[in-house]
Amino acid sequence: MSVDLEPVIDSLKNEFPQDIIDIKEYRGETTLLVSKERIFKICAYLKDGLDFTFLADLTAVDYLEVKSPRYEVVYHIHRFGPECEENVRIRLKAELSEEDIEIDSVTPVWSGADWLEREVYDMFGIEFIGHPDLRRILMPEDYEPFPLRKDFDVRNREASKRSFEKALEEGAD
Amino acid sequence: MGVNSDPLLGGEGFLTTTIETLANWGRKNSLWPMPFGTACCAIEMMGVFASRFDLARFGAEVARFSPRQADLMIVSGTITYKMASVCRRIYDQMPEPKWVIAMGSCTCGGGPFDSYAVVQGIDEFLPVDVYVGGCPPRPEALIDAVIKIQKKIEMQGAPLV
Ligand code: SF4
Repeated sequence: MSVDLEPVIDSLKNEFPQDIIDIKEYRGETTLLVSKERIFKICAYLKDGLDFTFLADLTAVDYLEVKSPRYEVVYHIHRFGPECEENVRIRLKAELSEEDIEIDSVTPVWSGADWLEREVYDMFGIEFIGHPDLRRILMPEDYEPFPLRKDFDVRNREASKRSFEKALEEGAD
Repeated sequence: MGVNSDPLLGGEGFLTTTIETLANWGRKNSLWPMPFGTACCAIEMMGVFASRFDLARFGAEVARFSPRQADLMIVSGTITYKMASVCRRIYDQMPEPKWVIAMGSCTCGGGPFDSYAVVQGIDEFLPVDVYVGGCPPRPEALIDAVIKIQKKIEMQGAPLV
């Protein structure tokens, strides 16, 4: 684990002894696997207690046929600091199973999570509880599939065509 | 068309033609393009309008961002299904007669994007007059397409009303 992050991880472990499931270190990047029930609390603590004010990215991965639980929601969180060792980045992952595809929204912590969570919902169908406005953001609003799921055929244009034809009809009058 | 400058007829000269031919001659030499740029190809289209390639030499420099004032739609860029309904609506708003250039591989047939969101060729929902292949096509290729449109207007014309 990178030296700069040690105090952060110690502090997290202290605060959430049960919920830091795994810590991985790869090429100087630290990834914590955390329990999804506590994601909101952990994020709020990172922001308010440890000054991680910037959510750099929020995305998801579908591990269909690779591992179970199937989904992972990934958070890249950054802390700016005048000192080099304060300027660090940490990655959180929370696992979601197919049956229980919900997780707490972190939009109340970082308002920048709003559109990122909408995108994850749009592409994977993951529901963010407590999100202020969980609608599709890229695909048409009446689109049904979730295109970045691994069991979706990326060449299947049927749903897009249906939305297109509907939009044409609505635009005609 | 015929030109006559016989002194018996006053020497001033006059020309005989049909009103359709005259109108088509005007249309052909003063195309008003509606640039529908959605991706990288649009950058190349800007190059066509700018001074190095200068589409003004062919009378088509007045790019209109209002479809009501345009008669040539240059669709340049990837068209997604979400954008396609907008593209069709803008085409419908253009007054007749009107022509369409499909610029770039994306508009001709989906280009590199064989995906759930991208239309595999705008001829799925628009009547295309000239296809320009390339990713992106060179500006010369677009100029060639405009000249082909001009030829088409000259040869086929369009009804007056
Ligand atoms: S044809 Fe190529 S250059 Fe043109 S919009 Fe498509 S990807 Fe971009």
